[in-house]
Amino acid sequence: MGAPAGGEKKLLEISSGEAEHVYYWHCGYYMSQFLLGLRDRKTILGIKCPRCGRVYVPPREVCGRCFVTMDEWVDLGTEGYIYAFTVVKLPYIDPNTGKPIKVPRTDIYVKLDGADTCLMHWLDETDEKKIAVGARVKAVFKKRRRGTIHDIEYFKQI
Amino acid sequence: MDRAAIIGVGQTKYERGKTKNFAELVYEVVRKALDDAGMELDDIDNVVTTTNDFWDGRTIACMAIAEAAGSYGRDATNVEGDGTLSSFYGLMRTLSGVYNSTIVTTHCKVSEGSPRKLFNQAFDPVYDRLLGIDAISSSALQARAYMNKFGITEEQCALVSVKNHRNAKNNPYAHLPLDITVEDVMKSPMLAEPIKLLDTSPVSDGACAIIMATEKEARRRAKRPIWVKGVAHCTDAYRLGERDLTYSSALETAAKKAYQMAGITDPWRQIDVAEVYDAFSYMELMWYEGLGFCGRGEGGKLIESGRTEMGGELPVNPSGGVLSAHSVQVAGMARIAEAVLQLRGEAGKRQVPGAKVALAHGINGICAQTHCVWILSSEER
Amino acid sequence: MARRTAIVGVGQTYHTSKRKDVNGQELINEAVKRALEDANLTLKDIDAIIIGNMDHFEAINYVDCWSVDGSGAFMKPIMKVTTGGSTGGTLGACAYYHVASGFFDVVMAIGWEKNSESDTQAAISTCADPILERDFFGGAIGPNAAEYAMYMKEYGATQEDAARVAVRDHNNALNNPYAHLRKFITVEDVMNSPMLCWPIKLLDSCPRSDGACAVIYASEDRAPKITPKPAWVHATAVSHDYVYFGDFDWEAMPTLEATATRVYKRAGITNPLKEIDVMELYLPFSTCGVIWMEHMWVCSRGESPSLIRRGVFDMKGELPVNPSGGVLSTNPIGATALIRIGEAALQVMGKAGDRQVSNVKTAMATAFGSCYWFEATILRATKP
Repeated sequence: MGAPAGGEKKLLEISSGEAEHVYYWHCGYYMSQFLLGLRDRKTILGIKCPRCGRVYVPPREVCGRCFVTMDEWVDLGTEGYIYAFTVVKLPYIDPNTGKPIKVPRTDIYVKLDGADTCLMHWLDETDEKKIAVGARVKAVFKKRRRGTIHDIEYFKQI
Repeated sequence: MDRAAIIGVGQTKYERGKTKNFAELVYEVVRKALDDAGMELDDIDNVVTTTNDFWDGRTIACMAIAEAAGSYGRDATNVEGDGTLSSFYGLMRTLSGVYNSTIVTTHCKVSEGSPRKLFNQAFDPVYDRLLGIDAISSSALQARAYMNKFGITEEQCALVSVKNHRNAKNNPYAHLPLDITVEDVMKSPMLAEPIKLLDTSPVSDGACAIIMATEKEARRRAKRPIWVKGVAHCTDAYRLGERDLTYSSALETAAKKAYQMAGITDPWRQIDVAEVYDAFSYMELMWYEGLGFCGRGEGGKLIESGRTEMGGELPVNPSGGVLSAHSVQVAGMARIAEAVLQLRGEAGKRQVPGAKVALAHGINGICAQTHCVWILSSEER
Repeated sequence: MARRTAIVGVGQTYHTSKRKDVNGQELINEAVKRALEDANLTLKDIDAIIIGNMDHFEAINYVDCWSVDGSGAFMKPIMKVTTGGSTGGTLGACAYYHVASGFFDVVMAIGWEKNSESDTQAAISTCADPILERDFFGGAIGPNAAEYAMYMKEYGATQEDAARVAVRDHNNALNNPYAHLRKFITVEDVMNSPMLCWPIKLLDSCPRSDGACAVIYASEDRAPKITPKPAWVHATAVSHDYVYFGDFDWEAMPTLEATATRVYKRAGITNPLKEIDVMELYLPFSTCGVIWMEHMWVCSRGESPSLIRRGVFDMKGELPVNPSGGVLSTNPIGATALIRIGEAALQVMGKAGDRQVSNVKTAMATAFGSCYWFEATILRATKP
């Protein structure tokens, strides 16, 4: 017996089209201060737990380990070292734009001087042979800053 | 069923456009629930969070709130579904013999995304989604089917809105306490026939947390443990065309099972107060029927009789219900939290005097495909 | 009082890169039917169902509700759990607690994913904080690549060490009819494969697959009536510490160590290398198969490459790892960690066919996902 629709036994696919979901996330007080620190003071702010003394960047309300609120802000400046890095070569789709990312791109985890956690960002070098775990780096800020993580354009090895 | 109790609850005020982020909202209610229970995080053995990737705009949405929920250093897990379901899972973990106490959290910031688009994603991508159908239009289909079959009128549905928004005036957490009349509801803008603006729940941001404990732990700690007597959930068919939209068999099944566990044979007489999930005004009438408070098709008559009002025989939604505050999955847990406050005698101006047995109800999915029913009591036996 | 709980049936689909011939519900149903057949049960015998996947891959909200035709949940209790990559572990734990609590006697856990329906890396990168970390998160590969870069520097390990893990898992899959990738490879093949995120190459990396898995759990009373050799759940543990990727401490791998410590303690294990007979590990990349053995207390820091070279974790070795071919061979993300539990159960039940390790009394399954979250399960042939 042939396929009930009269034609061949085809298997179809349906696309979601240009489906787009726009979100407007509230940063909350702590994240807002961090972003304003980038925009207005060209510096990276962290926060210290009053109980265990850990300095967190990016700053947040609660120290996960001690479960207490934090309010001691720390100015971490702009320098640190590369804790870990990778060079992305696979051009996957950027969920922010729907278009493929530009590769190669170096993602780094920076341990800023005085911080106990790492900040994620980009490095301006994309040849892995020229990048070293442990290398000193410094944030390079954009001239026009808007209060986003991209107010830091990238980090560079110094 | 072994005994377990709810020993702490916390809620945020429900409102639109809250400026705290997800983690901060969850921390607020966890801290409130711990304070309510007289506990510190170290006293809690494990955590169940409730999240939804679509509403939060990120996959693995539970990642954002893990530490704020107290997950650091303890077993934690995450449910995607109504707060009544995740609370049930929390109850199972509490009774498993592995843990003594469990905290369950929910949060949702409905105002940050586009609720109608996000609910549209619940529909089948090939058949229904492309019709642009969403929560309001699908519920309107159900309302119309229900009303036509049994002759329920729009005015009868409006009575639910009038009652619940008025009740909300006694609830400091509620989003929309309002003094309205049936005429106000009838005159409000039509969204999808027959559902009008005042028949619909608001877009609310909020969070809620409850703490559960084993009998032994509850006796040690709680001033007034509220015992879980029965819980059950049940899911109907998925496609609207495959369900009887005029009556909820899934609710009836879940309710019967919960009643049986709790030893309830006459729900109308044995339950003192009920908090049900009225996402739309017509739903409260349908839930009366599914819960056995009245016969099929008699929901309209029941609301007209006034017996579910404050001061009536079985007050329903003294908190104002979901029509007054709707943070999606939070709303189911809020029903449980409100029921707990009622049974402790701590419900302030919305207190139903002498309440000893309460029912809390939650739903999940399109047109309440899934129902979860809880029976709680301040008495052990 | 907690009830003892055992796994009594496992079913899965023949995993592949693109199941064009079925929609999601049909895919789920294949696994469900096979699990019921394996346990010689019908849908009537199932008291409750739990399901999990990662939403953004298929963009279906309220998957538990949508799945009813495929999962068999019509007029039954069903709920959904999800924790990203570790979803399968979460599913197993959820089914266990459904039974252990005394509420349900026979429960089915279903994990599934149709990764072919979307761009996997794009979807995964939305797990990172959208304001601060998403743009620097190189898909799922980024953090693990960075992790191995650090390890190589610290201990002098090489990319070849990781390649040996890739070869082991891929070649084990040749014995597993359900595995997605079943092709014989060598260390040279791995080293020559395209670089994705330095130092992780294509053959070091898991594929993305379409597939589903269903595992049936039963109470102490029911389990022996269903199957002669149930796989008893002795312990589960989880670590969901950390919310930002930048918070994580890769040198110490605290979440993996905490999970392993907790699960061993609950199961009464003090020497995992000797006391565990087989491990089904969630290794999304070959590099993880080097580093993580140390943080699971199987050997000490820096020692793993030498154990790998000696074949300790091969099929004929002292502690076979991933006889199924592991995640490097098959990765329908929502199902992946549940497949680890299912495969570990099959080993204990003696039903693992050509990939059976002899004389398995104790098996371990792990799950990984999200911000370095881990879960672990210990199954045994004897009751706890």
